[in-house]
Amino acid sequence: MKLDGKKVIALGERDGVPGPAIAECVRSAGAEVVFVETECFV
Amino acid sequence: MDPENQDRIVGLVDQYGADDLVVVLGAADLESLEVAAETVTMGDPAYVGPLAGVQLGLPVVHILEEDIKGQVDAGVYDEQVGLLEMTLDVEQVREAARTFPGREG
Repeated sequence: MKLDGKKVIALGERDGVPGPAIAECVRSAGAEVVFVETECFV
Repeated sequence: MDPENQDRIVGLVDQYGADDLVVVLGAADLESLEVAAETVTMGDPAYVGPLAGVQLGLPVVHILEEDIKGQVDAGVYDEQVGLLEMTLDVEQVREAARTFPGREG
């Protein structure tokens, strides 16, 4: 899956990789981040 | 998945269309991963949110997958995910990602 030029929904998790970290990563890959969230599953 | 987030995702699909959207997950827990991947492809498995019975069919990837890591600037990846990559069970996540709905093979 090529991220360049895509619009990304970054759904992170508190006990995994958080949303903002995903967003930073995919931006550097050329994607536009349209939603960032860090979910908390308990 | 939180019904509020499902609602936001429905709104994004309405706004941008499903073709250009990609969902990138970060969860390390296998059950959470399965639920999140299923929700944005087949619909909310718990049948409580706006995506209950709604098959968006969005592509789903995980930030820890090799293919995704390879597209990210190495310095940024190291800074944002490097430490987590050492503590999380990366292989387990990659294995789970191979079975996300919509994957072939």
